[in-house]
Amino acid sequence: MIEALSTPFFQRVLVAGLLASVACGVIGSLVVAKRISSLSGGISHAAFGGVGLGYLLGFDPTLGAALFGILAGVVIGLAYRRVRSGLDTLISVVWAVGMALGILFVALTPGYAPDLTSYLFGSLLLVPWKYVAWIAAVDVLVLAGVTLLFKELQAIAFDEEFAEVVGLPVEALFLGLLALTSLAVVVLMRVVGVILAIALLTLPAATSRQWTRSLPPMMLGATALSAACTLGGLLLSFELSGRASISAPPGPLVVLLAAALFALSSALRRLRGRGA
Amino acid sequence: MTGPALELSDVWFSFGELPVLEGVDLRVEPRDYLALLGPNGSGKTTLVKLVLGLLHPSRGSVRVLGAEPEAARGRVGYVPQRVRFDLDFPIRVRDVVRMGRLRRGRMLRPLAAADREAAGRALATVEMEGLAERPIGALSGGQLQRVLIARALAMGPELLLLDEPTASLDERMGHGVWELLAELSKGMTVIVVSHDIGAISRHVRTVACLNRRLYTHPSRELTPEILEATYGCPIDLIAHGHPHRVLRDHGGGGR
Repeated sequence: MIEALSTPFFQRVLVAGLLASVACGVIGSLVVAKRISSLSGGISHAAFGGVGLGYLLGFDPTLGAALFGILAGVVIGLAYRRVRSGLDTLISVVWAVGMALGILFVALTPGYAPDLTSYLFGSLLLVPWKYVAWIAAVDVLVLAGVTLLFKELQAIAFDEEFAEVVGLPVEALFLGLLALTSLAVVVLMRVVGVILAIALLTLPAATSRQWTRSLPPMMLGATALSAACTLGGLLLSFELSGRASISAPPGPLVVLLAAALFALSSALRRLRGRGA
Repeated sequence: MTGPALELSDVWFSFGELPVLEGVDLRVEPRDYLALLGPNGSGKTTLVKLVLGLLHPSRGSVRVLGAEPEAARGRVGYVPQRVRFDLDFPIRVRDVVRMGRLRRGRMLRPLAAADREAAGRALATVEMEGLAERPIGALSGGQLQRVLIARALAMGPELLLLDEPTASLDERMGHGVWELLAELSKGMTVIVVSHDIGAISRHVRTVACLNRRLYTHPSRELTPEILEATYGCPIDLIAHGHPHRVLRDHGGGGR
């Protein structure tokens, strides 16, 4: 295990995972507190359409994912404030259309079919340094946005109607939050893949929520938990392949660890609640 | 201010085919303390949202503090129904009250000391300053209600608008909230939307009854006789759930 940690290869993977945890913990906390995880699920799956478009037109699929994710965020975000009753359906539609477009675009791509596995299930191990820089850039955007607008984002997450009444530009703030969510999701896509991104976004935040009383410590806790799960998943994957010759990709292991921590935390909370 | 605090002229509103408000006229003078009563589905919450500019009338006009509702934003202290809050939300009392100080022009920088002090004073007004660090999930219903009132007061409002402030509070807690509102009404216009007839009767100065149409009763001293006369027909009907008879009993004269 120690040898693994010391290789430049592992260090790059580790830096990528830890950087991703920052965006994940900060945005995940807002998503969980505002209860918009299904909305974020729609965004992450719609982003897959952008991956396909990137392959088809020959540009970076990750860039395509970011564009599609932001577009989906704007569509769902505008609808969120206008047609609450049909929102559930609309999210499912955006979700499905994004995935369908992705599959279609990839099928139409000339030449041999690109390997989608890394986008669907994550490929942290194949992350190039260039992509690590992308993750760092998203972190900077997320941290800057959330720091500068913290009290406003907290207000729209807690009580949108009141935020409107004091005169805040609620729609712009909400769309901004969804744009940051899209970027966080794209970052997580590389760690655990499109399908599991929403789990990694919400599980550490939900666990952290159980032990914190306000958003800033919840964000810190979620970031730490996300980092711990990423590190744990990576080490587990290395150990399994090194010692037992089991080739288990880190992505699902990361998510399973996050789920296990959430279950453990919920059980502890329950025990404590009973004792009090 | 010389004009009315709130003026609705021939306001109509419907959700699709469903009429919610029909020709509502209402004039509330500054420093009045108005109770707006009505059964479920009478359009109370819709009327509140029209005043806040969250909804727009299909016909007629709404003037709030002499301006369009959107232009009056920030000057109307709003206390929403307590029951719709997510008590799991990770936030402390202090930070909820400070939301009353947020404005478009105060974005992108930390809240100024003056704003934090204003929020602190609002919390003291509702006698909750000792619980400033509590997470909202650890408050009783009455305490949360006071925090929401403090948040509205922190805005420094000229008009305070409350939606069902005593809903699902026990009698003692509800009474405390009414006492607080009576005190606040000395310094600003207060409008309470409620079905809590008994508590209102002791404190408010004006009563209006809403059931798609609005029936106002002119401002006056509250004496037992007047209470009897004011509450006589509509309240009894509201309490017994026969809203449609309100129309007939008033003979349309309420407008």
